[in-house]
Amino acid sequence: MSTVANSPLATGVAPIPVRPAHICRIEAEAIHILRETAAEFARPVLLYSIGKDSSVLLHLARKAFYPGPIPFPVVHVDTGWKFREMIAFRDRMAKEIGFELVVHTNPDGVAANINPIEHGATTYTDVMKTQALRQVLAKLGADAAIGGARRDEEKSRAKERIFSARGKGQRWDPKAQRPEPWGLANTRLLPGETMRVFPLSNWTEIDVWEYVRAERIPLVSLYLAAKRPVVRRGESLIMVDDGRFPLAPGEKPEAMSVRFRTLGCYPLTAAIPSTASTLDALITELRNSKLSERQGRLIDGERGDSMEAKKIEGYF
Amino acid sequence: MTALPRNAPQAGVAAKASGRDLLRFLTCGSVDDGKSTLIGRLLVDTGLVPEDQFAAAKRASKDGFDYALLLDGLAAEREQGITIDVAYRYFSTKQRSFIVADSPGHEQFTRNMATGASTSDLAVLLVDARKGLLLQTRRHATIAALMGIRHVILAVNKMDLVQYGEHAFNSVLDEFRPHAEKLGIRVTAIPLSALTGENVVQRAASMPWYSGPTLLAALETIDVVSDAPQKFSFPVQRVSRPNSEFRGYQGTVAGGRVRVGDPVVAIPSGQSSRVQRIVTFDGDLAEASAGDAITITLADEIEAGRGAVLAHPEATPPAVENFTAHLVWMSDAALDTGRDYLLRTPTALAPARVSALRNRLDVVQLAETPAETLAKNDIGLAAITVERPVVADRYADNRRLGSFILVDRMSNETVAAGMVIEPILSTQNVFWQKFDVSREDRTRAKGQMPAIIWLTGPSGAGKSTVANLVEGVLTRAGHHAYVLDGDNVRHGLNRDLGFSAAERTENIRRISEVARILADAGLIVIVAAISPFARDRAAARATAEDVGFYEVFVDTPLEICAKRDPKGLYNRARAGKIGNFTGVSAPYERPDAPDLHLYGDNETPLQEARKVIDLLARKGHIRADA
Ligand SMILES: Nc1nc2c(ncn2[C@@H]2O[C@H](COP(=O)(O)OP(=O)(O)O)[C@@H](O)[C@H]2O)c(=O)[nH]1
Repeated sequence: MSTVANSPLATGVAPIPVRPAHICRIEAEAIHILRETAAEFARPVLLYSIGKDSSVLLHLARKAFYPGPIPFPVVHVDTGWKFREMIAFRDRMAKEIGFELVVHTNPDGVAANINPIEHGATTYTDVMKTQALRQVLAKLGADAAIGGARRDEEKSRAKERIFSARGKGQRWDPKAQRPEPWGLANTRLLPGETMRVFPLSNWTEIDVWEYVRAERIPLVSLYLAAKRPVVRRGESLIMVDDGRFPLAPGEKPEAMSVRFRTLGCYPLTAAIPSTASTLDALITELRNSKLSERQGRLIDGERGDSMEAKKIEGYF
Repeated sequence: MTALPRNAPQAGVAAKASGRDLLRFLTCGSVDDGKSTLIGRLLVDTGLVPEDQFAAAKRASKDGFDYALLLDGLAAEREQGITIDVAYRYFSTKQRSFIVADSPGHEQFTRNMATGASTSDLAVLLVDARKGLLLQTRRHATIAALMGIRHVILAVNKMDLVQYGEHAFNSVLDEFRPHAEKLGIRVTAIPLSALTGENVVQRAASMPWYSGPTLLAALETIDVVSDAPQKFSFPVQRVSRPNSEFRGYQGTVAGGRVRVGDPVVAIPSGQSSRVQRIVTFDGDLAEASAGDAITITLADEIEAGRGAVLAHPEATPPAVENFTAHLVWMSDAALDTGRDYLLRTPTALAPARVSALRNRLDVVQLAETPAETLAKNDIGLAAITVERPVVADRYADNRRLGSFILVDRMSNETVAAGMVIEPILSTQNVFWQKFDVSREDRTRAKGQMPAIIWLTGPSGAGKSTVANLVEGVLTRAGHHAYVLDGDNVRHGLNRDLGFSAAERTENIRRISEVARILADAGLIVIVAAISPFARDRAAARATAEDVGFYEVFVDTPLEICAKRDPKGLYNRARAGKIGNFTGVSAPYERPDAPDLHLYGDNETPLQEARKVIDLLARKGHIRADA
């Protein structure tokens, strides 16, 4: 199987560039936050979505606790609709790096056969992601969940804390956020509360890619452009990853050179046309890009504040 | 040295890095001076606003293009049309990456502005050229300086509305200079228009009289003076023990630099060792400096867990139970000086109290005024007492080791941000000196058993009169007595204390200690102090330890006290001219079971004094014939 760092396409990567000072600073900050989380909480977990941000997070966790192992489990909420390559990649990483992997799928959702095609993005996301996440955090008795969200991703994230307390049912109250002067975390929790921790808060999308390149972090190859079978749905290009995708009568997926800017569940994540088949090309393309990162995410759309609304409900 | 696991030692991370560095800055100023417009402009003109976001903002703009719409994140804020919380924005140019703490302009969100300033190296302070300096402009400059920002860019905005006139620009600058001088901050002033973009990223042809840099050029080139301390300090975050061979201290260097082989001392244990290795995932380092997240191993096993600080032996930060600090109050619930809070520093979490509030800072006039409490957004100067020693350095010397937050123990709310002004080295280095002469020796020499007579009651109850008579009787009888008068003590020993509940408590604590010392010297001490709180009187009794302590309640009804009013205080208090006056605007807690009850309304002072003398004789402190 191919990954960005060791795919044939990526062998053209230049020798490791000297890391810019600002990358060193945000790396050190993230490591500090990870260590703080390990020291302050009884049962932290790292949420791993297999995407570029969680891959960077995982890499930072290895660095933070070296020479010891990552001192908490790595949790993947599997909706059953991830790209196949992602699942294979996840299992390989767990073996190679040697972390404790916990995979959870909402059994109620499976029983009711909840899927993105028949039930729509909203119900599906709620059952298979939000509810599933609550279930696994409860099952593990997790008091802190570390995630790879960045503040530059979306407007409502720009004001979220690094240590963000969640009330009962993992709800986020944007008006009752604890101030974080000097990044000093108030990690105290009342019974029933949990903490979300975002070590990559101060990273931008470009920072992530520059870091992936500098550190040669392995990623799924879906981030780089290749010819893939896609169909058009409105303005979006959807990759047909397996036989579950309903094609219109007579519809045939066409092979297009595309890549993914973010990776979610395949029917909900649109590809973008691209020829950036190496990290260097990708970073150049990104610098010239005129569209925001979440454009490929079909759940954000409709209302201007739908991400904020989902987060209040407990979406990561 | 042990074998290096990966590469050979390299220079510190910071030395290894090159190219683009990072500047964290704050944008502030009064609401409507154009802050959101300016940031929107910076983002658009540096090419960082994606087309889809730009299009969405364009659709929402009423007329023209509203740059502010690119920024306000939370729905609640959009509804109210104001910026409430600090939002973080990111952009970069070839020279630098920037993290912008975009802080709210309204006065009621001063605390958010302080939070934004806490991690910033520089502030961009917006002024509307038409309006000039507003109170909020001065307030923000003060808070920025207080939080440790040494460099301010004064962005004189809306120059398009003052015909790009040099005069308007200069008058804003002239107004600002004295304030900046008092604060000790460096100022770079730039005339610009956020709306048109002139002098933001592009140079303005409209202001030929201005030859300085554009805002972006200034941000890219200003060398922010680093406040980082010179000597090495390293708070231990966690101890890594993956196997019995390895014991590594993990953390981020708070100041200075460290090399393999350097001596270090662990605070608070005081044990010392040498740096054996500086371990990172990418290989061992030969040295590391401020900001590096590393793992240190030492040559010796010493006592140093999470919360300890490894430091250069010549510059160890103090571990103290008491310090003075600036507090920025952040909670709806006002500061309660009697309450237990949790103190969170970068190294410790410990129960703490605000033992006294000295002053409130008027951030506009730069004046300090006496205060009893702090409300949300107030800034004050306070004394903090912690249950056990914590590492606390001066904020001015070490922004990291001098910062803390206070957390409410019930709600877990973060109620204040604090900056250490002065750690108070107290008893930890002071040992109890033993002397040969014992209290028994002194008792024998003086022919009396020392005692503390504690007269309590409202102002005007007659405490001082009784005390005066008792001292007279005893002295004439050849005994050794002394009056400690609450009012008199406030002229000297306690002249730094006011009348808030906390300061009254401190007042009584000091009087109790002095009474105990005088009793230890063999004297019969007569304390005359209102001492309105039962718990403070109980504490005084505890302080006395084995010295005979008698609580004497001078019980004179308030109407009578007020009628006597020897110092005219009741009149003034009732007229509202004195705050916190016991019996008028502050409580008096009557003793439940005093050792002696005097009735000021139907006993003469002499009768009262007699009862005190009789008590002393009955308890064997003085001769029966006194
Ligand atoms: N003419 C002019 N108007 C400006 C300029 N900068 C901001 N404004 C306007 O001033 C008002 C307040 O600006 P805004 O950025 O929302 O202020 P904030 O409260 O400081 O964020 C808006 O109507 C802006 O369009 C400027 O340079 N020139």
